[in-house]
Amino acid sequence: MIKVVFFAALREKLGCSELTVEATNINTVEQVKQQLIETHPQWSEHLMHSSLLSAVNNDMVSAQHQVAAGDEVAFFPPVTGG
Amino acid sequence: MKNAVKISVQQHDFCLADEVSLLEQDNDSDGAVVTFCGRVRNKNLGENIHGLFLEHYPGMTEKSLADIIEQAKQQWAINRVTVIHRIGELKVGEQIVFVGVTSQHRHDAFAANEFIMDFLKIKAPFWKKELTDKGAYWLDARASDQDKAKQWEQ
Repeated sequence: MIKVVFFAALREKLGCSELTVEATNINTVEQVKQQLIETHPQWSEHLMHSSLLSAVNNDMVSAQHQVAAGDEVAFFPPVTGG
Repeated sequence: MKNAVKISVQQHDFCLADEVSLLEQDNDSDGAVVTFCGRVRNKNLGENIHGLFLEHYPGMTEKSLADIIEQAKQQWAINRVTVIHRIGELKVGEQIVFVGVTSQHRHDAFAANEFIMDFLKIKAPFWKKELTDKGAYWLDARASDQDKAKQWEQ
């Protein structure tokens, strides 16, 4: 399984802070996103937003980054701290 | 202790004087101590702000701050570094963030401090929700913060 977590405005829009997806046939962050859209079509607009950032195991990564079972994948809006 | 790095993500406030004392304690070789403190201001984009709510990504936040500090250490001759970032609900005037850097000379401490703040703004997973008279709104990222951080690459 792959753990997926959402933060801030994205979490509120999706109404979900975390869930798990089957790792079968998933190799990249982009494929995690596609899997989520398949199971939650209403999330499509928010997950496809071009400014959305992603992280795997606490490192910011691109959509083509590799993922595997046991990884934690995060999706969140651009950061605004400081 | 000489090269200590302190990173804290916390709900409670911090004392500027105490943090400066820790940076200076048993540290006779560093003549420069540069500190930055960010506070909640009362206006943004024309709106009256009465507070902020700050969310973060536990685990990734600490790691990203450690990575940013390590990058600063590779570029400048700095010794002690403290980064404190508060989370949760904060009122106008409260302290949000502290960055303190020591070095033998001021140039390295000034530059490293600004570098750490600039990259914290675009790399550390914190998000602000503004609490205004009209409701609570998540802040959008500013292109100017991205541009400011990019200046270090030139």
